[in-house]
Amino acid sequence: MSDNKQKKDALPRVGFYVCHCGTNIAGTIDVAEVQKYVSGLPGVAVSRDYKYMCSDPGQELIARDIKEHKLERLVVAACSPNLHEETFRKAAAKGGLNPFYFQMVNIREHASWVHTDKKAATEKAKDLARAAVARVQHHRSLDKKRVPVDPNVLVVGGGIAGIHAALTLANAGKKVTLVEREATIGGHMALFDKTFPTLDCAACILTPKMSAVKSHPNITLWTYSEVEKVEGYVGNYKVTVKRKPRFVKEDLCVGCMECIDACVFKEAKFRDKFNQGLGKRKPVYIDFPQATPKVVLVDPETCIQLKTGKCKKSCAAACDRNAFDFDQKEELKELQVGAIVLATGFKTYDAGRDPNYGYGRYPGVFTALEIERLVNASGPTSGEVVLRDGRRPKAVGIIHCVGSRDEKSNKWCSRVCCMYSLKLAHLIKEHSGAEVYNFYIDMRAPGKAYEEFYDKLLGEGVHFIRGRVSEVSDWAMTPDEEGKLVLRVEDTLAGFVRRVPVDMVVLSTGLEPQTDAQEVRRRFNIGCGTEGFFQERHPKLAPVNTFTDGIYIAGACQAPRDIPDTVAQAGAAAAEALSLIDAGFVELEPNTSHVLEEECCGCKSCVPLCPYSAITFDETKKKAVINEVLCKGCGVCAAACPSGSIVQNLFDDEEIFSEIKGVLSK
Amino acid sequence: MKYLYFPGCSLKGSGKAYEESFLAVAKAVGLEIRELEDWNCCGATAYMSVDETRSYALAGRNLAIAERENLDIIAPCNACYLVLNKTQHALKDDEELRRKVVKALKAGGLDYKGTVRVRHPLDVLINDVGLDKIRALVKKPLKDLKLAAYYGCQMVRPYASFDDQHDPVTMDKLMEAAGAECVPWPLKTRCCGGSLTGTVPEAGLRLAYILLREAKKRGAGAIVTLCPLCQFNLDGYQDQMARKFEKVDFPVVYFTQVLGLALGLSASELGIQRGIIPAGKVLSGAR
Repeated sequence: MSDNKQKKDALPRVGFYVCHCGTNIAGTIDVAEVQKYVSGLPGVAVSRDYKYMCSDPGQELIARDIKEHKLERLVVAACSPNLHEETFRKAAAKGGLNPFYFQMVNIREHASWVHTDKKAATEKAKDLARAAVARVQHHRSLDKKRVPVDPNVLVVGGGIAGIHAALTLANAGKKVTLVEREATIGGHMALFDKTFPTLDCAACILTPKMSAVKSHPNITLWTYSEVEKVEGYVGNYKVTVKRKPRFVKEDLCVGCMECIDACVFKEAKFRDKFNQGLGKRKPVYIDFPQATPKVVLVDPETCIQLKTGKCKKSCAAACDRNAFDFDQKEELKELQVGAIVLATGFKTYDAGRDPNYGYGRYPGVFTALEIERLVNASGPTSGEVVLRDGRRPKAVGIIHCVGSRDEKSNKWCSRVCCMYSLKLAHLIKEHSGAEVYNFYIDMRAPGKAYEEFYDKLLGEGVHFIRGRVSEVSDWAMTPDEEGKLVLRVEDTLAGFVRRVPVDMVVLSTGLEPQTDAQEVRRRFNIGCGTEGFFQERHPKLAPVNTFTDGIYIAGACQAPRDIPDTVAQAGAAAAEALSLIDAGFVELEPNTSHVLEEECCGCKSCVPLCPYSAITFDETKKKAVINEVLCKGCGVCAAACPSGSIVQNLFDDEEIFSEIKGVLSK
Repeated sequence: MKYLYFPGCSLKGSGKAYEESFLAVAKAVGLEIRELEDWNCCGATAYMSVDETRSYALAGRNLAIAERENLDIIAPCNACYLVLNKTQHALKDDEELRRKVVKALKAGGLDYKGTVRVRHPLDVLINDVGLDKIRALVKKPLKDLKLAAYYGCQMVRPYASFDDQHDPVTMDKLMEAAGAECVPWPLKTRCCGGSLTGTVPEAGLRLAYILLREAKKRGAGAIVTLCPLCQFNLDGYQDQMARKFEKVDFPVVYFTQVLGLALGLSASELGIQRGIIPAGKVLSGAR
């Protein structure tokens, strides 16, 4: 394309175009006057106004003028560059001009939309146009850089979101590594008995996908593992994964579980985390029969051999495949990937934070996740809904919005609780025959077949009381309250305070970001919203992208959501990753910074300031080095450099000063 | 550890035993307590509902006097504690109100900057003295004494500054440090009847009765409280409750009285004889 040198006395020939944008601009700004004014500015060879510059004829006009009038620079006064900068860069290229010989002036958002005084707005538009004409004369020809993309993908989190994303990518022929923190994949969904609103068996729809992950030739599954470090940039990430020791060789164990029977602890006596503490397990254990991989593991906190080294190791003796290895150490593995899908999920609200509901104080109070295990046929009670002392409840109260829609804890609606409360109401009634009371603020059932499910529950004789329960207590006011848990609630439909005695209380706890969401977001260099969920690039138009290219989010790590939405989002994240990989390369904006090596004094001021970790320090040369691929062109380093030796393309001193001079030189 | 003491009307009247036991306990654990000079009525809830600005000025005067000495102010009465705290919050949040109140105080030669802290004696004992020191000072642990720790509403609502709003535990811990046992009961912050015992007795008496009945049912020998109005409602109306519901005959004491006994102070120093339902037997028999 054209060279950067200009003839000393002749200014480059500028073409200027002002857009009416229908009446959006022309309604407040006298575009004809702007056009006329700019035509008289130094260097301007062509000045025109047009109804819609962004339309095809508008773009054609520019391309034609560039050729016919031998234009060397282009200025368009229209809307925000966010909207149409790319459009006009393309128009410039079509006319044979380097697309960066172009400057856009925003006279819509910055002038016509925010002013009512037509005369003043027109003057402002003229000022802005004059600045751009002055600036564009100093623009240089720039090229977009291309970097290749590694076709492998990392998926973090093995819940339904991670499983679906990994399978989608693997089915498209990509090599995927799925990293899961727990010993098995399956996530929260593996805890559930049924799913709303169809009441289909959660295991029946989940476990085939789990085993598909395990057997897929394109998926490497690393459970009991965590991502330690992420380096690199879009298309070229280097990831370090920590693999925790299971003390059982994964390639040898077939999950026969004979070691569990043989363990020196004859009775299971330790808290079973998978069953929410409602069951017990031994130091050698497997979370549930369909755990994937189907490999046992040993808990170093409770295993006698690992704690003291003095156990007869009957578990290892029982293993005819010699899979036990009590000397196994933590391992660090490195991966090269082009894209990363984060599907790290959520945690449920800690019910103990609302002491008025008595969780932890009254044995009859349960969390919804505990009930999920109780109603589950493979749970600790084989699906029997019983209290902690083994009694069957005659009446059960389900309290909605615990840790949701609450000024004192979490303000957001957790989206799934109304529906899972309905599901649990149905299952509790079915399994125990108890009277079930739902205490809700509003019933939120906005999904396919959700309202119909609510309607079905109404027909099943489940009681619905609209009101936020104020307390759960064990003191009786009347004889029929003796020995019961009493829920006190203002029934806002009936208009009075009720006391409802029950045997079992279920707290429908809301969804929260994972405890370590902040650490994880820093590790992957993405953002979190105020409530702590991962931040999407755009709430509507880029819901699975993040502000870091090549890193995508799916599922409840981004916001509370149910299984159908999670799966849809996981598919979307996989598709975004595929579109990046299949392009084979990424094009980088040239508005990056670079160091003028001879002028850099090696003070390192810039290094810690870069939000994208794009600046390193060359210790042999004692100079700062900017990785252009990582640089996002924010300009922080260029502004901070005390010797002025960092230059940012499209924002160098000449360009900025001439723009300032232009706007001030009336 | 120096503090100013704001008695309010109750501790000079119906809550005399609270004052006696509070001052005796404070001395025994090494707190230096001086009564706030020239204090006046806190305004309670009554004045607040008549004229808010004036009531804040009235309560603010006490804070302004305390500010001159730059010491924390201890308000044992829950109503005083709440009103003084509420005044501080209101004057902090409402610029216009603060301007008016400061103007009024200046006319009386005082100023208000909002620098003193309003404390409850329970807060001071738990957080300034500490349970370890109190355990070390206990001479006569109250073995076999079962109590229902009753906090009332105003200490934790709305400003739950040192304990939980729904399930406060600090007094339970203090009583356990004194060797007593606290029965689990969920009515810790339930209404004692407040002023309804006088104005709408059929409602007020019932609320107070429920507390006594439940404490008794759960095996407590006495209710231990930290608010003079709660103590008065629960202790003083038991004859009327006997006519309306059933004979209760259940002692209601101040936490400072129980703690004082454990620290080896005499029953008379702690005003234990002042209760309407005799508590001496339950407390001394337990020793």
